[in-house]
Amino acid sequence: MSGQPSTSAQPVLKTEDLVLYFRTTKGVVQAVDHVDFELDEGRAVVVIGESGCGKTSFAKAVLRLLPRNVHTYTGRVYLDGQDIMALDDEDFRLHIRWAKMSLVPQAAMNALNPVLRVSDQVAEPLLIHEKDVSREEALERAREMFRFVGVPESFLSRYPFELSGGMRQRVAIAMALITRPRLIILDEPTSALDVLTQANIMNVLKKIKWETGTSYMLITHDVATSSELADDVAVMYAGQMVENADAESFFKEPLHPYARMLMAAVPKLRGDEDLEFIPGQPPSLLDPPTGCRFADRCPFRFDKCDQDPPMFLVDGRKVKCWLFEKDAQGVYGTQPAVATGD
Amino acid sequence: MTTMTQTAPQAAPASERPVLLSVRHLKVWYELRKWGFGLAGYVKAVDDVSFDLHEGEAIAIVGESGCGKSSLMKAILGLVPPHDGQILYQGQDIFAGGRAGLRWYRSQVGYVQQDPFGALPPFMSVRRILEEPLILVGVKDRDERLARIRAVMEEVKLSPPEDFLNKFPHMLSGGQQQRVVIARAMIRNPKLMVADEPVSMLDASVRVEILKLLRQIQEEHNLAVIYITHDLSTVRYFSERIFVMYAGKVIEKASTDELLWHPQHPYTLALLNAISDPDAANARKLREVPPGEPPSLVTPPPGCRFHPRCKYAIEGECDVNVPPEFPTRPQHLTACWLYDERYAQQRQALEADLGDLA
Repeated sequence: MSGQPSTSAQPVLKTEDLVLYFRTTKGVVQAVDHVDFELDEGRAVVVIGESGCGKTSFAKAVLRLLPRNVHTYTGRVYLDGQDIMALDDEDFRLHIRWAKMSLVPQAAMNALNPVLRVSDQVAEPLLIHEKDVSREEALERAREMFRFVGVPESFLSRYPFELSGGMRQRVAIAMALITRPRLIILDEPTSALDVLTQANIMNVLKKIKWETGTSYMLITHDVATSSELADDVAVMYAGQMVENADAESFFKEPLHPYARMLMAAVPKLRGDEDLEFIPGQPPSLLDPPTGCRFADRCPFRFDKCDQDPPMFLVDGRKVKCWLFEKDAQGVYGTQPAVATGD
Repeated sequence: MTTMTQTAPQAAPASERPVLLSVRHLKVWYELRKWGFGLAGYVKAVDDVSFDLHEGEAIAIVGESGCGKSSLMKAILGLVPPHDGQILYQGQDIFAGGRAGLRWYRSQVGYVQQDPFGALPPFMSVRRILEEPLILVGVKDRDERLARIRAVMEEVKLSPPEDFLNKFPHMLSGGQQQRVVIARAMIRNPKLMVADEPVSMLDASVRVEILKLLRQIQEEHNLAVIYITHDLSTVRYFSERIFVMYAGKVIEKASTDELLWHPQHPYTLALLNAISDPDAANARKLREVPPGEPPSLVTPPPGCRFHPRCKYAIEGECDVNVPPEFPTRPQHLTACWLYDERYAQQRQALEADLGDLA
């Protein structure tokens, strides 16, 4: 299957007004704040943003992997058109999590059970979610998955500590793949790995995508590596989604001021341009500002930024920034700053 | 052997300045014990590494985890005695002067750790963290200590210092913590700074800020810096020369621009090919990665240590003899048999791939 967009098909994943707040001793942390988001079948979206911007919380909200201190958890999540927020926890566990959506957690290489053989760990989700599968069949599928992600079959009976970091990461990916899910959520899958291993894992993920048509949601702060997999890009800032665009146009020219500054801070191997950094700190999610949350750090700030901007649609891309508001004639870009980002 | 690139901050070329640190045939081997006693072999983490570092020069040591770069750093910091070879600081062997000599040497060297939160004691305020090195070198006067702390905090842009002096590490952001680490490294006015992946734990936006700060400090103090990293995409902003390490050996030495634009060793080429610049086209192609993983350092492969993974390997040479350093281009040394005159023909395949790179 190709990674081309299929505009007619319904999205694999769709969230509407998704909210996840946590209760802490200091107050309510607004980790995911009214996020609307869509992912089409067979595509990969990368969710990028600084640490603490809510990208991991967003993944957890989609997968309903919630800690105890949840304050608010509302909104709609659709998987293949099915409203999965309506399911109770047991149905969700049986039919959705790992059956249709799986997760490669952050630092997955350290998330394996140290006292189980990797083959048993990889086979386990299958035994739980597909009732008629025997242990032998499950192990056979695990072997198949190992071949797929490039782990030698002789490693099947090893324990996690006998594998290198890259191999463990592949095992974690095999575990996420074995139930043939519709969507795999990868949380920083390569951030702890060396460059060569990182490139290897990215190759594996690309092959899986091309051969099986699985959709991906890749969560990362590493903009350069994210481009290895991205069909779409979603930028999060302070709990909100601020830009959502196809990778082609995003990497050429991001629209949101935050996205632009983030791109300008990415070191390039041989480029000559000077690197820029974003002054200041992201706002506290305990008591975020009422208007645009990036306004305090934004060089293009103007009066309107005191109000919360809606998502504006610009050539099929979504941007949460007042600069892209259309005027009475339907023309956006009347603000001078827009013109600077040629 | 070095001249400067455009990135060089000083007027005089580094090679004309005096040598500050000289590493001679350094071997850092760790003993392996069988049942707690009886020597069972060595982990050859650093195996015969030599280089000179000039005053005010910034070099980068690049390699994957397990290539020995941290062991090399520990030896240079005087934390691990070498199995063989010498580390000379201003001509003196750092291990020759006993404990007192080592203590003096360490006061000349600043160390910036990788993980700022792990490197700062959680129960000490910023003020105490920065005061301790001064007490150790015998600055008795409280006011003088405080004045020096204030000065160094201003320098790392933790200003105004009053806002931070009484804070504890957990109250600071990642970038601020790393500034405190840098301040601690700088407070004794060292001549040499060793920075171990100083920005790898930080967010992209903060990363650039810290790199710029380090560069600024290096220029202002004419500091020699050893920058240890696995990320080739940041070295250009910081160092004048790059050493590439693989399995305990330095396999390529060159000035920064030279190495990035004209890599010579097949391993360096593989490293550079694996790095992505943000570009949507990346998603449509696979990257070429050498097969396998770095070898065990207990029983490294004979000959060139990269040969089992190298597609250009010459049978009967690369798997038998350790390659010497060949001067392949101006200011460029490469430890690869392909650059021997006898193998000009075999080299063509590599040169074709190198041509694609540019």
